[in-house]
Amino acid sequence: MSDPEESKPDTTSPGEPEESPRPATGEGEAKAEAPIEASAGEGAAAEPVETPETAEEEAAQKAAAAAAAKAKAEAAAQAKAAAEAAKPPWERDPRVPEWQEAGDDPLAAAVAAQHGDGLLAARTFAGDLALDLAPGALREVAADLKHSHGYTLLVDICGAHYPDREEGDFEVVYHLYCFEQNRRVRLRVRTDEHGEVPSVVSVWEGANWPEREAWDMFGIRFADHPDLTRILMWEGFNGHPLRKEFPVEGVDTGAAIYPEYYEEEAGPVAGTGTGWKPTPPPEPEPSEPAPADEPQEAGSADPAP
Amino acid sequence: MTESIETPTPDGETLFGLEEMELNFGPQHPATHGVLRLKLKVDGERIIGCYPIIGYLHRGTEKLFELSPFFQNIPHTDRMDYVAAATNNLAYVGAVEKLLGLVVPPRARYIRTILSELQRLSSHLLWLATHAIDIGAMTPFFYTFRERELILDLFEEYCGARLTLNCMRPGGQPYDLPVGWTDRCRELVDLFPAAIEEYGGLLTENRIWKKRTIGVGVLTAEKALAYGVTGPMLRGSGIQWDLRKAMPYEAYDEVDFDVPVFHNCDTYDRYLVRMEEMRQSTRILDQCLKQLPEGPIMGKRPRVLKAPKDSEVYHGIEGPKGEIGFYIVGDGKQQPYRCRVRPPSFYNLQVLPDMVEGLLLADLVAVIGTTDIVLGEIDR
Repeated sequence: MSDPEESKPDTTSPGEPEESPRPATGEGEAKAEAPIEASAGEGAAAEPVETPETAEEEAAQKAAAAAAAKAKAEAAAQAKAAAEAAKPPWERDPRVPEWQEAGDDPLAAAVAAQHGDGLLAARTFAGDLALDLAPGALREVAADLKHSHGYTLLVDICGAHYPDREEGDFEVVYHLYCFEQNRRVRLRVRTDEHGEVPSVVSVWEGANWPEREAWDMFGIRFADHPDLTRILMWEGFNGHPLRKEFPVEGVDTGAAIYPEYYEEEAGPVAGTGTGWKPTPPPEPEPSEPAPADEPQEAGSADPAP
Repeated sequence: MTESIETPTPDGETLFGLEEMELNFGPQHPATHGVLRLKLKVDGERIIGCYPIIGYLHRGTEKLFELSPFFQNIPHTDRMDYVAAATNNLAYVGAVEKLLGLVVPPRARYIRTILSELQRLSSHLLWLATHAIDIGAMTPFFYTFRERELILDLFEEYCGARLTLNCMRPGGQPYDLPVGWTDRCRELVDLFPAAIEEYGGLLTENRIWKKRTIGVGVLTAEKALAYGVTGPMLRGSGIQWDLRKAMPYEAYDEVDFDVPVFHNCDTYDRYLVRMEEMRQSTRILDQCLKQLPEGPIMGKRPRVLKAPKDSEVYHGIEGPKGEIGFYIVGDGKQQPYRCRVRPPSFYNLQVLPDMVEGLLLADLVAVIGTTDIVLGEIDR
């Protein structure tokens, strides 16, 4: 987008809409022709079946027809590519970015040299370097990036939940920025529900709130965090809303604000799927819990307005 | 009664307690610009501790992002920083474009630049109005809202909405500029420099204003960096960094503008930074209107936007309050698998306790005003 040459064709752009359909229709014809040719060749080959000695000729003809069709298709593809290149960038087909190995990137190489096993992978996507780190190495790598490589600005920390993964279904993502090189880098650390990620508050004080948010929203624990409490939800809320299994319509608010209904830690738990109904409060006399009455009881016992 | 009120009674208590007091500031306080709650520890009038409590406006926006297709998420972004919807839209569609490899035609890029600079002006005008009114200057409010109204009229004419604009799409712009819009925008741009001087005339050399802002809420460059502070607050702390220059997006590399920087790190300097930014915004608008190219407003894009499998991008732009960024993870579906917002106000507010410690209670509102927070964005 920032390429200055791209902005030059502005003046010609009003004429382009007329031009652009032409190569498109040309391609269409070429594509449409190719199968017809092939079938015609087959038809021609089917006629002289009576003379068996021409079988080789037939095969040769067939091969020639196929080669011609192939050449034509190639030419069409080339013409298409040429037509595509002649178009201004915003009329070309979008080029979807892909992951690329970035082991030879100087920063990745430096981290690999210094931290060895701590660096699990270094890849780029859409031009941004992403380093996959082992949780144990995170704080050292972060401090190293800050103090030796100039990544002084912690842009953001966020969590993500990948329940389909076999192990490490939570991920913490750190976005860093370096002023000198004007470059971003992304650190990714995997953990699971019971694992811990070292807090980087000792490296960047600003990591405090986003780490609290990751704990609040995903239940990711950060070791040595000075104040790992909920930040967007209230203290006593049950569940972690951005987990994939958390129902979008929300859950009842749990033990802390309805102590008369729920015992401590006994309130509704997130992740029981959509269409969730609050569990009935514990009966003072649990003599005969009739299962048919449960939904009704739940409805009447629900203290929410 | 010769005893002072401070003399302890035999029980060891004083008539008026001298102990530290905990004071709740907000969440329903007009000076908190929304529903911010601060747990203050005060010693008389002096603040010795501050603990912000946020989340009163939490709507689960990031969860909602995961439900709807890429298009339908744009209105959600309007409602985060609700006084700067255009820049939110721009950050989001920019991230989606990066994810899908879409290219935006020049005219659309210019329209986007114009819209986001108008939005920056309107956001700064609202900041100036509320900041001044917090400190006790009533008049700037009326002056700034006079011009802000004109900007909102332009927005209304372009997309039908005044605040929740929903005015950008991945790949380009949904509508071309209406007939005569550029002329009306030009009128606004022409009258704006004089208007800025008018606000400045009310405040810049005002003795009360200076006494209330100079040396108040000092945020050193080291602290600002450690806390991830961006935008005018960072530039008021002596770091000249602006994403429009550092990583140009849209048409910012084709226009000429300066990035203001001031070095005293206090509320007054942040005021000067934002005033200068408004001047620079008018410069950018002026050039954009002159250079506005003709041509298509929508680039080529698939009819159904599907994120590539196992893809993730981060795209940040310079919003009026700082870097607003989107981190989008795609998994081959029409919806983002995960969409994280990097809200500038969240990080700018985080540093508030450091800025207000040791100040008088009355200065707290000045410092909250200068951080220019919007709770809709912090809580999401």
